[in-house]
Amino acid sequence: MTLGQYSLRVNGKLLKVKAHPMARLLDVLRFDLQLTGTKEGCGEGECGACSVLLNGDLVNSCLVPVAQADGAAIDTVEGLGADERLHAVQRAFLECGGAQCGMCTPGMLVASAHLLRKNPRPDLAAIREGLNGNLCRCTGYMRIFEAVERAVSSTSANGASEGRG
Amino acid sequence: MPQEKIVGQPMLRKEGVAKVCGRAQYIDDLTLPEMLYGATVRSSIARGRILGIEFGEGIPWDEFVIVTATDIPGDNEIALINHDWPCLAAEFVNHPEEPIVLLAHRDRHLLPKAVAAARVSYEEWPAVFTIEESERGEPVVWGEDNVFKSFLMEKGDVDAMWAGADLIVEGDYATGAQEHLYIENNGAIAAFSPEEGLTVWGSLQCPFYVHKSLVKLTGLAEEKVRIVQVETGGAFGGKEDYPSMIGAHAALLAMKSGKPVKIAYDRAEDMAATTKRHPSRVRHRTAVTRDGKLLGAEIEIALDGGAYSTLSATVLSRATIHAGGPYFWPSIRVRSKAFATNCPPHGAFRGFGAPQSLFAIERHMDHVAEALGLAPDELRRRNFLKTGQTTTTGQEIKENIDLDALMGRALKESGYHAKRGRFARQNAGSGMKKKGIGLASFLHGSGFTGSGERYLNSLAAMDVTTEGKPRVLVSSTEFGQGTNTILCQIAAETLGIDYEAVEMGPPDTSVVPNTGPTVASRTSMVVGKLVHSAAVGLKQTLLTSGLLQEGYTTGEFVAAARTYVAQHGALRAESRYQAPPGVHWDDQRYRGEAYAAYAWAVYVAEVTVDLATCGVEVDDFVAVQEVGRVLNPVLARGQIEGGVAQGIGWALYEKVVWNRGRMQNNQMTNYIIPTTQDIPPIRVFFEELPFGHGAYGAKGIGELPMDGPAPAILNAIAHATGRQFDSVPLLPEDIFRQIAVPEPEREVVAL
Repeated sequence: MTLGQYSLRVNGKLLKVKAHPMARLLDVLRFDLQLTGTKEGCGEGECGACSVLLNGDLVNSCLVPVAQADGAAIDTVEGLGADERLHAVQRAFLECGGAQCGMCTPGMLVASAHLLRKNPRPDLAAIREGLNGNLCRCTGYMRIFEAVERAVSSTSANGASEGRG
Repeated sequence: MPQEKIVGQPMLRKEGVAKVCGRAQYIDDLTLPEMLYGATVRSSIARGRILGIEFGEGIPWDEFVIVTATDIPGDNEIALINHDWPCLAAEFVNHPEEPIVLLAHRDRHLLPKAVAAARVSYEEWPAVFTIEESERGEPVVWGEDNVFKSFLMEKGDVDAMWAGADLIVEGDYATGAQEHLYIENNGAIAAFSPEEGLTVWGSLQCPFYVHKSLVKLTGLAEEKVRIVQVETGGAFGGKEDYPSMIGAHAALLAMKSGKPVKIAYDRAEDMAATTKRHPSRVRHRTAVTRDGKLLGAEIEIALDGGAYSTLSATVLSRATIHAGGPYFWPSIRVRSKAFATNCPPHGAFRGFGAPQSLFAIERHMDHVAEALGLAPDELRRRNFLKTGQTTTTGQEIKENIDLDALMGRALKESGYHAKRGRFARQNAGSGMKKKGIGLASFLHGSGFTGSGERYLNSLAAMDVTTEGKPRVLVSSTEFGQGTNTILCQIAAETLGIDYEAVEMGPPDTSVVPNTGPTVASRTSMVVGKLVHSAAVGLKQTLLTSGLLQEGYTTGEFVAAARTYVAQHGALRAESRYQAPPGVHWDDQRYRGEAYAAYAWAVYVAEVTVDLATCGVEVDDFVAVQEVGRVLNPVLARGQIEGGVAQGIGWALYEKVVWNRGRMQNNQMTNYIIPTTQDIPPIRVFFEELPFGHGAYGAKGIGELPMDGPAPAILNAIAHATGRQFDSVPLLPEDIFRQIAVPEPEREVVAL
């Protein structure tokens, strides 16, 4: 197996990894970089649990070979925010019950943040469309929609720049 | 009005911050030093004798740990109810994907190649794949007659009752298998040393089920086997029985290699090999009077249990007891059987047999209403169970129930009557899009059936840490439903301290007592009550010790608890299950108090059926229920909405395609669950009638919402199309097939 060397700017930090060029970005994140927040649900781009941002685009990291991500900026759930400094969507998911088992949550949060960056004031139809690549089996999606709506109103109320890119 | 400050409030999920930060650690996020990866060689045929196993060329086999049935130190069995489910097939296989050989290696990339190179040869035997084939016994593949379990439940004089009928209505109903499709696949890690014994970490619901099974399998002493649940990414019943299998496999590889071993299924393996909801066939024959009084019924239930008996007997039991729905039957006879087929064993799935039989009765009630010329809600109202009446098991309803009120609220919130009239007028036009509205009313028994809770004899405890922090010690697990949050709310409320000050003990069999499995909508009601009692004990101990005075703050409580632990070494209180008074159950005759309490509900679905595409959209969904006291409104809504979404999936999308016992569409690409764009607004309403014997009045909630959506939706489709569809899943091609041919006459006997 020929390994290549790849640079990734992960959550703002420049990292170098040695990996097979066809290694899935998902595995590089989880195994090589120990960023296990990004989850595998199906391995074929259906469920969106492995959603990350690649140069600002929402992608399924199980479908991206690491060679294709060389030099790219990768944003994962770990980069959204943590504990005292939660991103507006993280706080809203917590408050609205948007996370149940938590397995779709990292991907759902990345997709939500991406949606709000592209469209700071999405209506319900836009939220449904923006998250339609992310499957959730626990919530029936209602709490998730409510969470995104709350994140919209909290960011506009505070005039915060979160989620606006 | 309730006085509580924490119970009934939308307290934040205990492990919520870890989950939204991506910090929660699931089984596949964990790695142990020197860990190997395990994989499973599975049967490629449905039934036959194993002739040999050949380890093909091109694989460095000497680097692999290889386990077969001969390596099992104890019983080759996954212990559940019977003793027929092998951990590894030794001589015979009885379903596709049955595990035969286990492999482990350092390099996880080598495993798929090695699995493919391990070739098993067979003498293939004939097999049965459907309820009908199994029923005919051609051939007999299990026991003497392919029947895992049968029940006969009788009330009143059924044979004499028919003579008084004005009308007899018959119907046949069927439901398909359903895949749980938790977003996290099954997985386990095992580690073993002779000194430390065996530890298994896993994605699982029931730590003590796995414990019991592994003690039998390994022959180790009970205290040498430790099971730890790690963060579990959804379960829905799918991690009730199978984790004993995958845990056993990881354990065998770890014991043979002396190294930790992880087995993490990928989606294809999880879907093909693990359990599904039991397919069902239910036949109804009902006698009614002209004015819509139910006189009696005969109901026949058949479940497809798959190749081994696993939990089928208990699934069948719940299906049997729920078969009559929330109605008063002066007489009723339910015969039920669970059949063996050569499919992978079907298992627990949210609802546990009740969705199957409630689908049948709720479609059937619409047929009866139509035969009588009554509105669907009116027929139901005339027959709803009332306080003081008896259920199909002869259980007197002592709780205060008001199904009329639930129905009234559901009709009002959904605009049912206005829409029913308006849609009928609109549908008479030439447009291809037809609208319909349908309802279902139902019940769900909380907790284990009959004597089950008494046999479980659950024990819960609370203790405090050396820092004085109270901990809830239970084997009840969190897998999204909110166990951690609800039990901490109950404990904090009872202790009279802040919610944030209470924590959950680790779900580790070496630390927590056996509170029973996390199944059967029992956690809030049964375990919650035990936690309440343990908390009362903890508080009393501190108050009587003199370290704490009434009117204390959280800080004072923690300080007193810390002092108590320093002085006495430990502070702990336990509580053991006691059946509510008047709960008696006859296991032989299937009579008596089947459940200590029931949750009740009326659901209304509004649909559009496009006759051009035969596609169905659910436009609106109203879910009205009475689950006792709602302990946490956000979590409770989440439970209902999630269950409704799974019900919509079961009704309209989720079809397991079988080919000789093997799931053909074992990919998310080909097995479709609802997305963000398939789910209507789900409008959830609770009527709260606190139950005297649950924690702060709670009853079961988790499974209830799985029961109602499928019949409500199919009733709505019948309203929209004027055609009757009596099986789920109902896909566009099924609708097309039926609307392309004339409607057959329904069996209605006018007497």
